Amino acid sequence: MNWHSWSEFAAMGGYALYVWGSYSVTLVVLIGEIVALFMRRQGVIERLAKYYAAHRRNHETEA
Amino acid sequence: MTKSERFSWFHFSSPNTFYPLAGTLQPWFAAIAALLCVVGLYISFFVAPTDAQQGEAYRIIFIHVPAAWMSMFLYLVMGFWSGVGLVLNTRLASMVATALAPTGAWFTFIALWTGALWGKPTWGTWWVWDARLTSELILLFLYIGFMALQAAIDDPRRADKAGAVLALVGVINVPIIYFSVKWWSTLHQGASVSMKSAPSMATTMLIGMLIMALGFWMYSIAAVLARVRCVILERERHTEWVMKEVGGQA
Repeated sequence: MNWHSWSEFAAMGGYALYVWGSYSVTLVVLIGEIVALFMRRQGVIERLAKYYAAHRRNHETEA
Repeated sequence: MTKSERFSWFHFSSPNTFYPLAGTLQPWFAAIAALLCVVGLYISFFVAPTDAQQGEAYRIIFIHVPAAWMSMFLYLVMGFWSGVGLVLNTRLASMVATALAPTGAWFTFIALWTGALWGKPTWGTWWVWDARLTSELILLFLYIGFMALQAAIDDPRRADKAGAVLALVGVINVPIIYFSVKWWSTLHQGASVSMKSAPSMATTMLIGMLIMALGFWMYSIAAVLARVRCVILERERHTEWVMKEVGGQA
């Protein structure tokens, strides 16, 4: 085990800014990409549902 | 390879058969990625010892090197599928290339960002215009250029072709990045892992790094599969199966 306490772990031997700055930004990027992908999927499905509904309405008024 | 196996591979090269396959595989890759990253992070912080020269600052390696590997590897994969799409004129190959670009760009950004944060305490500077760093920055611009070019062209098939040409020309940059530390005198250190010699690092460090790299790889597959499913829905919206998939009645 490398660490004797949580505060020692957080301090990263004096390199906290660099180590946690790297890991936190990486985490934010990856989580952000996952969230963006979920939102994109929902957005696509909603947009397409509207698009098909509009198409059906056009079809009905024509007929 | 038997005739029926060959048939089954071609079977999945069409968007409407690949879409459900991607949907089935995607959660598995995501789960394996999460598992590998948890194990990798545990090794990175609790098993791998403190570095004799760099102290704890070296722990950035566990995301920096895997991210840099993925940034180059995903570009090669993107170039490959771009080429397949260009030569064989297959829609799905081009869609996969399109779906790869954002994930590749983000890994390039992570490699540059963590590199800067590692450079400051070890080299005394966030950035230098040496061959390794500059060629990696060019890789980021190639990814961004690919996405911008595709977004600027309305006709998806023309966007595929233009993007593919850019992606393929840019492939030349990948070996330049990889060998830059050999070809030029750079501030960046040489390869941590090579095929020819024993790795210049402790075994637990190496294992942690490899597990993180595998985790990032599985993550990339999961993210790209999720994104290619969105691209397929958007681009195949005129087909009946997408209409059914989204829940509209034909």
